Amino acid sequence: MTLAAVAHERIAEPPARWTLPDVRDLETVNALIADPLLRRDTWTWRAWWIAFALSLALTVAFLLAVFLIFQRGIGIWGLNTTVVWGFAIADYVWWIGIGNAGTLISAMLLLMRQKWRASTNRFAEAMTLFAATIAGIFPIIHMGRPLYWYWLTPYPNTMHVWPQWRSALIWDFWAILSYILFSILFWYVGLIPDFATIRDRAATRRARVIYGALALGWRGSARHWHAYERLHLALACLGVPLVVSLHSVVGMDFAASLMPGWQETIFPPYFVVGAMYSGFAMVVCLAALVRWGFRMQGLITTAHFDVMAKVMLAAAIIMGLSYATEWFNAWYGGERADRSLLVFEFTGAYAPMFWALLLCNVAIPQAFWFGTARQNIVAVFVIAVLINVGMWLERILIIWNTLSHDYTPSMWRLFLPTAWDWITTLGSLGLFALMYLVFVRLVPVVSMHEVRQLVAEERSS
Amino acid sequence: MTAMLLAAFDDTVRFVEAARHAKNARYPVLDAYTPFPVEAVRDVIEHRRSHIRLAMFIGGAAMAALAYGIEYFSAVLNYPYNAGGRPLDAWPAFMLVPFATGILVAAIAGFAAFLIETGLPRLHDRLFAIEGFERVSQDRFVLALPCPQAEDEKLKLIAFLRRTGAAAIREVER
Repeated sequence: MTLAAVAHERIAEPPARWTLPDVRDLETVNALIADPLLRRDTWTWRAWWIAFALSLALTVAFLLAVFLIFQRGIGIWGLNTTVVWGFAIADYVWWIGIGNAGTLISAMLLLMRQKWRASTNRFAEAMTLFAATIAGIFPIIHMGRPLYWYWLTPYPNTMHVWPQWRSALIWDFWAILSYILFSILFWYVGLIPDFATIRDRAATRRARVIYGALALGWRGSARHWHAYERLHLALACLGVPLVVSLHSVVGMDFAASLMPGWQETIFPPYFVVGAMYSGFAMVVCLAALVRWGFRMQGLITTAHFDVMAKVMLAAAIIMGLSYATEWFNAWYGGERADRSLLVFEFTGAYAPMFWALLLCNVAIPQAFWFGTARQNIVAVFVIAVLINVGMWLERILIIWNTLSHDYTPSMWRLFLPTAWDWITTLGSLGLFALMYLVFVRLVPVVSMHEVRQLVAEERSS
Repeated sequence: MTAMLLAAFDDTVRFVEAARHAKNARYPVLDAYTPFPVEAVRDVIEHRRSHIRLAMFIGGAAMAALAYGIEYFSAVLNYPYNAGGRPLDAWPAFMLVPFATGILVAAIAGFAAFLIETGLPRLHDRLFAIEGFERVSQDRFVLALPCPQAEDEKLKLIAFLRRTGAAAIREVER
């Protein structure tokens, strides 16, 4: 037997653990996913309305903060002449990290033929879309002159000025713009067959017309499926390098500078892994909530949490190694500013946050070595939340530590956030939750056609 | 006006077998309608070559070339600016914008090619009027074969489809 044949057999091996036996029926799958959208009367939406009200309140607070930033300027934040980037850019990096993971997870798992992606990819991609959109807001509001954001684009103008193409900030703009639009397209293509299912199940004319228009008249023809698969796979192939390049560019925003603690070649890959890490943690949180909210225990099983916990464990180890590499290089390089910064990280004013980040990102996820922790959904959820907190602290500290403690001791100052800093940050979480809640109410939260395929395969095995 | 026979199946296994039998019995299969892609049926139906990926390549490459062209024009020809002797055409630094925008336009071109090849959007199709066709997007598998003109041939085909396990057979206009 040749090696290729062995590999093929292993791929073809039927995975029979990604759905529970009681949902291994096409109609059950359809009903489970589509009914919450179409039969609102049989579903209680109380928890949804409570969450919606809370997130709406936070969103209003966020809009208020943004309005004040536009009206009074960025002085309402705790910025000073030393720490010129406070929460805004840290939040941006954190959100774009989460925004990277959905497409990365979806596309990478598709290319690696991981069947279990079927029940998670849709809400992971939605997460990407909303997180990347929010990430896109922060660089605009952090600018002193947000009304000139369009100077980043090349357009003929009376000043005869062009963008500086060598600047990482320009790369950032194009990478994010391309990424958001690409993600929308990737998400929508995956949704077309599902919109058709919703159209065909809809009882009201309005639902039929709206979902029918969104489905573009999809009728499940074998030729259409063939074209669909070719497009979807090609998009996945393009998505992976785009994601990797996007977060590398975010790393380059820092690494292309001359600041101690930033000017490191490890930054691009280290940022990509960090993005995948926090994104996976967010997907786990959302998976647990979707599973609970839509009673999808049959489709999102403990096996899913187990495998996602393994990925997070691997990422935790890589993050730990990256931190250690940074510390080693700061010491081994012998640069005074780098060594001084390292001491400041471990013992300075922000040290408690630094230790908390190491605890959340490296130490606690080691619990995933144990199967009992991986298969306990509450435990995985709590650790995933802690990882998100840890990754946020990491982004905050990358900015605060370096800016507070650069080359000139006379410049050293600390960053103290104001209430508006917190409102902007928490408000962005509210905006994310709001968009997500609208999404789960209008769009099938799990990819129906992919789960149908999975269920048919598991049943025939 | 020619007619075709639509044979509906309840499960994948029987559907795939029926499609294979039809091919072995030299019945041409016009199309199949399924709630998810069924790989085994792909070989039974004649496909035109798909140009989606070619369109993606052309779109992406053209956009990348355009982006690099704009960078080159602005930084080298229109406004050359000597900053510490750095090269005007700094190609490693110029690569990112063509790369990111190239991928975006490749995706858009692929989607456009997908729409052209599939004939979508087409909100009104004769098939939608057929009773029970709405189950195709849910849990029904349908095989479409041309309906023979001669009555005895037609009956033979219907009997054949019944033998392969079709749950419902319907004659419709093409």
